Amino acid sequence: MAAISTVTPPTFNLSSPSRNPNSASLSSLKLASPDANPSIPSSRSLKLHRNSRFVTAAATSPSAASPAANPTNTFHGLCYVVGDNIDTDQIIPAEYLTLVPSNPDEYEKLGSYALIGLPSTYESRFVEPGATKTKYTIVIGGDNFGCGSSREHAPVALGAAGVAAVVAESYARIFFRNSVATGEIYPLESEGRLCDECTTGDVVTIELGESKLINHTTGKEYKLKPIGDAGPVIEAGGIFAYARKAGMIPSRDA
Amino acid sequence: MASSAVAPTSSFLVDKKILGFSASCAQPSSFPCSPQLSKKRASTKIVSVMTPQQSERKPSATGAVKTGMTMTEKILARASEKSQLVPGENAWVNVDILMTHDVCGPGSIGIFKKEFGENAKVWDREKVVIIPDHYIFTTDERANRNVDILRDFCNEQNIKYFYDIKDLGNFKANPDYKGVCHVALAQEGHCRPGEVLLGTDSHTCTAGAFGQFATGIGNTDAGFVLGTGKLLLKVPPTLRFVMDGEMPNYLLAKDLILQIIGEISVAGATYKAMEFVGSAVESLTMEERMTLCNMVVEAGGKNGVIPADRTTYKFLEDKTSLPFEPVFSDGGARFLKEYRFDISKLEPLVAKPHSPDNRALARECKDVKIDRVYIGSCTGGKTEDFMAAAKVFLASGKKVKVPTFLVPATQKVWMDVYSLPVPGSGGRTCSQIFEEAGCDTPASPSCGACLGGPRDTYARMNEAQVCVSTTNRNFPGRMGHKEGQIYLASPYTAAASALTGFVTDPREFI
Repeated sequence: MAAISTVTPPTFNLSSPSRNPNSASLSSLKLASPDANPSIPSSRSLKLHRNSRFVTAAATSPSAASPAANPTNTFHGLCYVVGDNIDTDQIIPAEYLTLVPSNPDEYEKLGSYALIGLPSTYESRFVEPGATKTKYTIVIGGDNFGCGSSREHAPVALGAAGVAAVVAESYARIFFRNSVATGEIYPLESEGRLCDECTTGDVVTIELGESKLINHTTGKEYKLKPIGDAGPVIEAGGIFAYARKAGMIPSRDA
Repeated sequence: MASSAVAPTSSFLVDKKILGFSASCAQPSSFPCSPQLSKKRASTKIVSVMTPQQSERKPSATGAVKTGMTMTEKILARASEKSQLVPGENAWVNVDILMTHDVCGPGSIGIFKKEFGENAKVWDREKVVIIPDHYIFTTDERANRNVDILRDFCNEQNIKYFYDIKDLGNFKANPDYKGVCHVALAQEGHCRPGEVLLGTDSHTCTAGAFGQFATGIGNTDAGFVLGTGKLLLKVPPTLRFVMDGEMPNYLLAKDLILQIIGEISVAGATYKAMEFVGSAVESLTMEERMTLCNMVVEAGGKNGVIPADRTTYKFLEDKTSLPFEPVFSDGGARFLKEYRFDISKLEPLVAKPHSPDNRALARECKDVKIDRVYIGSCTGGKTEDFMAAAKVFLASGKKVKVPTFLVPATQKVWMDVYSLPVPGSGGRTCSQIFEEAGCDTPASPSCGACLGGPRDTYARMNEAQVCVSTTNRNFPGRMGHKEGQIYLASPYTAAASALTGFVTDPREFI
């Protein structure tokens, strides 16, 4: 899978007309610090907003196992089960692509349309009409999840709706890459077909550090494939945030 | 036994036919030696002592010996300034062209400004090509606003290639407007052999027809490229598709790619490159090669490539003056798998609802009653696609039995439809033949209803109907209505189906 691994990065020029765009120079890439443009929330702050929901859900759910202290390593809540080849048109139909994900209001609206493209054979709606958030924290899928279009709106819609992680048998590459680059959701891989083992509405916990999924409703545990190098990128809030955090790129002081 | 270094999670078979493969490597013998060709011969001599095909060791273990690379590996190696790359390696690749459109452009721009600063400049104002094409002829305010966002950015950044549209009521009043991005990129000479082209659209892989590395990326990656001109990419292993034999007159490239996707499934090429070679491929025009590469993503493919040849250079002659250096797979290149097809034995196909790999013979679907036909998109809305449809209508001489929607991909295609004579028609144009057949008037060029779009999009499927379409996807709801049933087909098959009102093999008419 296309994990964004820690390859020794080149140093970048800040683009300017006077320099040769292709030369590698010693000056590092200068990125705006996250507070430089306060009108656009960083993806990190959006993600934190979602994570606090998970902790609340865990605390109040009566059948919950007590989660680990770090909310970004444990995800707990209801799961929503889908089948194979869930393409991006089902995740976010094309008519909603006029919404621009980097615009905060439109980001929220995208969440309200997450998985609205699923056929009517799916009895439970992923997001209730009129709501912007889903009650399902985890999506469980089969093969080739996220196939079809390259639209980044797909993982963004899921993340905006409140999904913490997708657990699928396999992913289409652009969707996987977009999930990691945006840091919106963890695209986790299962060993085997969890979509056959779980039912929509089951209460599950994912222990990221142990690569484990626990279905509390059925009482079964499942191994997940480790998220590997993609993990820290998603946790940081996407590739840009990760690159700053890891010191690959310095932040420009505000 | 040849082996490839691939990601551990994928399983693969190594095809023994790959051994001693160099003889059938697609080098058109009539073309004068390119510098790349003479390099290949030299390296074959050097490694003959080593006979890499028999080696059990992975390339990384063979030390200083240079392994043969596929086209895709070579393009990425050159673009990352490395002498050698193997599948599975991650490399920072220099990007030659970044393309975006009205759906993903605003989001990419938003990320670029957030991460690089409000006053940041793109890495190269001549390498960013911005093409509004998806939601153009609509009253949807957000859609219209998105084109404005592109314009503001292009003005601010002094972007050289921005194919703008302002007058939505009359596309012809916009001299810069082109239409569908992948067709426009080719027509405007932005696709060049050996280069790296990234776009915020999954069908960016279309450009691989020009012997370059072309793939789709998301907004965040695009934002990164806007600022740096580079992207971290993982080198894909290559699947080779050898298609030999003479193309029957009732078959088009669309049938070939539907055959392949039906063979390997919608995930059969995930994370892989698809290389198309063979005499049948060499006989294809550029537009047909584009159709072939266009649907690579429908098999999960990362990119598609067709080696450049005289057909490619001829096409590019009047379109670009930028120099380029084509790249070809080495004789000793390692392919993950090789598939061979005798094209002369294939028949017209459809992909039935609701998956591009749900392959069936068109003639076996003749009892499927249809409600409409759609001819358009980057896959099936190019000049030759309309010529093909016109050929079938001409042969029949009858009128269509169902609403038949025609959406030329670009302004140029639209003009060709209205001006080019159709062979054997006594000088009539496609548009005249379409009119006589009772088709809808060719619409304003754009992506149209291929992906549904805003509710007022021309030819959007707003009821649960059965449609034969020359487009690329038929997942539930793709063209609008969730219960809509879409049969993907070639322009020949689409036209034939329009004439009967059922899914129809074009051999009924041609």
